[in-house]
Amino acid sequence: MSVPTWERIVGNIGVIIVLLLIGGGLVWLFVRALRGKEVDRRVVFAFILISVAAPLLLTITFEMKPTHIVQELYDKIDNLPAGSRILLSFDFDPPMAPEVQPMADVVSRHVLTRGHKAVFMTLWATGQAQFNITLEDVIRRQFPNAVYGEHYVDLGYKAGNEGVLNVIRTDFKKMFPTDVNTVPWDSLPILEGIRSCSDFDLIISLGGGKPGVKEWVLFVGDPTGVPVAGGVAAVVAPMLYPYFPSQMCGLLGGIKGAAEYENYFRDNHPDHTDMETPAMIMMGPQTVAHVVILAFIVIGNVLFFVNRRKEVKR
Amino acid sequence: MRREIPLGITIFVGFLAIVSFFSPPLEALGEDFTLFFDIIAVFAFFLGGGNLVRIHANKLIKKKPDWIYSIVALLGFFVMLAAGLFKIGNPGDISTSVTAPGSLFAMLYYNLNLPLGSTMYALLAFYVASASYRAFRAKNREATVLLLAAFVILLGSTPFGTVLTSWIPDSFDFLEIPNLAVWIMSSPNLAGQRAILIGIGLGVVSMSLRLILGIERTYLGEDRG
Amino acid sequence: MIARRSTPDSGTCGSLRISTFCLFLLLGVAAQLSAQEGAVDTTTRSNPQIPPAPVTSLIAEDFNYDDGENIMLTWVPSIDDQPAIGGVTGYQVFQIRNDGVPEKLADLLPGANSFRAQDLQIDSTYRFYVVALADGVSSESIRTAPIRTEREWIDWNLWNLMLITLIIGGAIIVFIETAKRGKKLFVRKIAGLEAVDEAIGRATEMGRPILYIPGIQDMDDVQTLAALTILGRVAEHVATYDIKIRMPVSRSLVMTAARETIKASYQAAGRPDAYSEDMVSYVTDEQFGYVAAVSGIMVREKPATVFLLGAFMAESLILAETGNSVGAIQIAGTARPAQLPFFVAACDFTLIGEELFAASAYLSGEPRALGSLKGQDVGKAIAMVAVVLGMAAVTLYSLTEGGAFKSVADWLHTMFTIASD
Repeated sequence: MSVPTWERIVGNIGVIIVLLLIGGGLVWLFVRALRGKEVDRRVVFAFILISVAAPLLLTITFEMKPTHIVQELYDKIDNLPAGSRILLSFDFDPPMAPEVQPMADVVSRHVLTRGHKAVFMTLWATGQAQFNITLEDVIRRQFPNAVYGEHYVDLGYKAGNEGVLNVIRTDFKKMFPTDVNTVPWDSLPILEGIRSCSDFDLIISLGGGKPGVKEWVLFVGDPTGVPVAGGVAAVVAPMLYPYFPSQMCGLLGGIKGAAEYENYFRDNHPDHTDMETPAMIMMGPQTVAHVVILAFIVIGNVLFFVNRRKEVKR
Repeated sequence: MRREIPLGITIFVGFLAIVSFFSPPLEALGEDFTLFFDIIAVFAFFLGGGNLVRIHANKLIKKKPDWIYSIVALLGFFVMLAAGLFKIGNPGDISTSVTAPGSLFAMLYYNLNLPLGSTMYALLAFYVASASYRAFRAKNREATVLLLAAFVILLGSTPFGTVLTSWIPDSFDFLEIPNLAVWIMSSPNLAGQRAILIGIGLGVVSMSLRLILGIERTYLGEDRG
Repeated sequence: MIARRSTPDSGTCGSLRISTFCLFLLLGVAAQLSAQEGAVDTTTRSNPQIPPAPVTSLIAEDFNYDDGENIMLTWVPSIDDQPAIGGVTGYQVFQIRNDGVPEKLADLLPGANSFRAQDLQIDSTYRFYVVALADGVSSESIRTAPIRTEREWIDWNLWNLMLITLIIGGAIIVFIETAKRGKKLFVRKIAGLEAVDEAIGRATEMGRPILYIPGIQDMDDVQTLAALTILGRVAEHVATYDIKIRMPVSRSLVMTAARETIKASYQAAGRPDAYSEDMVSYVTDEQFGYVAAVSGIMVREKPATVFLLGAFMAESLILAETGNSVGAIQIAGTARPAQLPFFVAACDFTLIGEELFAASAYLSGEPRALGSLKGQDVGKAIAMVAVVLGMAAVTLYSLTEGGAFKSVADWLHTMFTIASD
């Protein structure tokens, strides 16, 4: 496991350029703040523009250490014996995709790398198109030997939201008599022995809307005892933290969660060192922008205290 | 009678919605009333669309300030309407989906509407920064607590948070900034959110009862005076 | 856009669901049902030509608390139904209605031991039997006794929710009646609403318009209704002081309702002549298209006061920050907890959650409306007692493993959980 070090970060040429651009400007604003001069909102906007654009253009990435909640999901997939059955539900749409698609990609990659049997489905009509992206970019490109129907299968979309979960909890085939290409359930070797959700070793729901991870926990995870994990947009993650660790065995929250997973997976799989890491790339702008916002909060407080002292003197 | 009939409908449908939740035979009826709303809302489109056209056409004809933008609004409205209504450029016959790949509607939606919407959404990054700069100031004790929490959350969302506290031994890893950030979000923050949610739930019950009982009728254009 | 999906239920019952569900979560009581695995018989079926053993103990029961269209069947699977030998390849369920011809209802996988027969005729008599299938051979179970589908008018599974609804609804109605009889009820001051007069006064002094945004949801969202009831009060002041009001909306029905509301307010203020339909205009249903239009109006017309009241989603901060940038005094309010921090950061006053719903009662000062606010407090008291009791019970149980504490926790769990069939 690699721990991020200052040497690595400073060694990145892109960071130096960004630091020069932004750091200098912030110091200048800080000095102005000490003299009690307000910062115009357009200056704040300009700094955000640079801090988001520069890391994207220079492709700056940072090393990430997985948080406990991310590590647990990784370990769960890693520790299951090869050939375990894992259900992955793509419950998201294009607006959520920037955050959730990288999770879907890296988790699918991990599942197939470990030799598990991956059963894909979706509770959202838009989820099928999102799975097709994973199918093209990850499964077909990086796992050419993975056989459809043996190593993975796509059951497609089924309307009915929580109603679908209520049925597949006890009878999967009733809801999905065929896969997405209308191949009958019984003709797919990967599905042999699967009668209900209880026959899976792990269920992973990707997407933070409704139905989503919470519904999987309430309607399937709790009643059957099958471990449930999830990957959701950052705004939704806080509402799901209380389910961990008793009702959920791991959670990826937002780009950060995805980036931590990508980083950890890549570090532990030398044959995947050249894999695409979209979340890690997106963490560049997010990190720099967060630091800039923090700096502006400091500047704002300096201004506040300087001005208050002036008023007291008056 | 102008007020009594809508009020009667509100009282009837409101009570039916509550009762149907507890009565299986009435459940379908409750769902039907929900569908009625959707049907009415669709017809109301003509009102909205008509109003849009009237206002912008008026602005254009009278050459009011910024009339040039009205051309863009009207053009966008009619082109999109025609593309959807007549299925211009659809690959198949009239029965194909309005968003079928290759159709003018899909082309305009994916190449114009979607990027424009994303652009507006992306403005949030700028506004979050300017709002944080203004709002997070240690004006009093509560604001200072808020400021500290914001600092931990923001740092926890970056690798810097990890780096700053990576020296902490594993047995005390709950003190690492990213873990502290998760704790703040999942414990104090969530407790507060739930309290607000319970309040909202009760507020909705009270408001709904006022509407159903006819105590609240301002929205019907109730004559007061 | 993400927030569009995480819509809180907005009906009366929906809100109760939210409250009870949240309460349940807060108690930290989670149902943990363990999957039961059937015992495996190791005997093997020697001759595949012999039909498999039939299912036994087939029982048909009327489904509890339904519309009379369901019957629940349970049975003990055939003793030949073992994965190791594959003695049974599946089951078929048949129904016979009013002594007619058998009709196949479903094909089931091996291992199935129950089936819910749905969409049956109400008040009809049925018999059922299950066929165990093997390779080319099968065996029928004995038929069930005739059973009649029965319709139940009340779903007693929801007794707890019914009780809570009656208590809270009843308390609200009792307080409304109490207020009607002239009893003075104390309602705390709400800063955001105290500021309404000040905000309108500012617009009068500056001679600039007031911008009123009722959220981006339709008339079926109770938050939009709350926004329109507040609009009625605001518009009265607007008419009295002869200020310009501008209200771009994103739903056609809201446009119609808002026009009626403003028109009535102008009539109430004795200024029907000053009312114009153009005060309310429809923009677009598209979320960010609407945001672009409203932001443009803010920048061009520089309103003195902006009201952001109703159901808002991701656009909340964009609107509030744009309003702030043009120097408007802003009063915001929403019942979406995720958007509240943005309003608190960017607006001068924020109505938090329930305050939005209390606003119209508060502004009108009408005794019956104020009484309904007092009724809510009974619900809050129940919630608080249950939360404290639940936390204590769960904590003490984890420390002492005492059965009494578990019983209390379990009872609270049952009380605040919606039973599902």
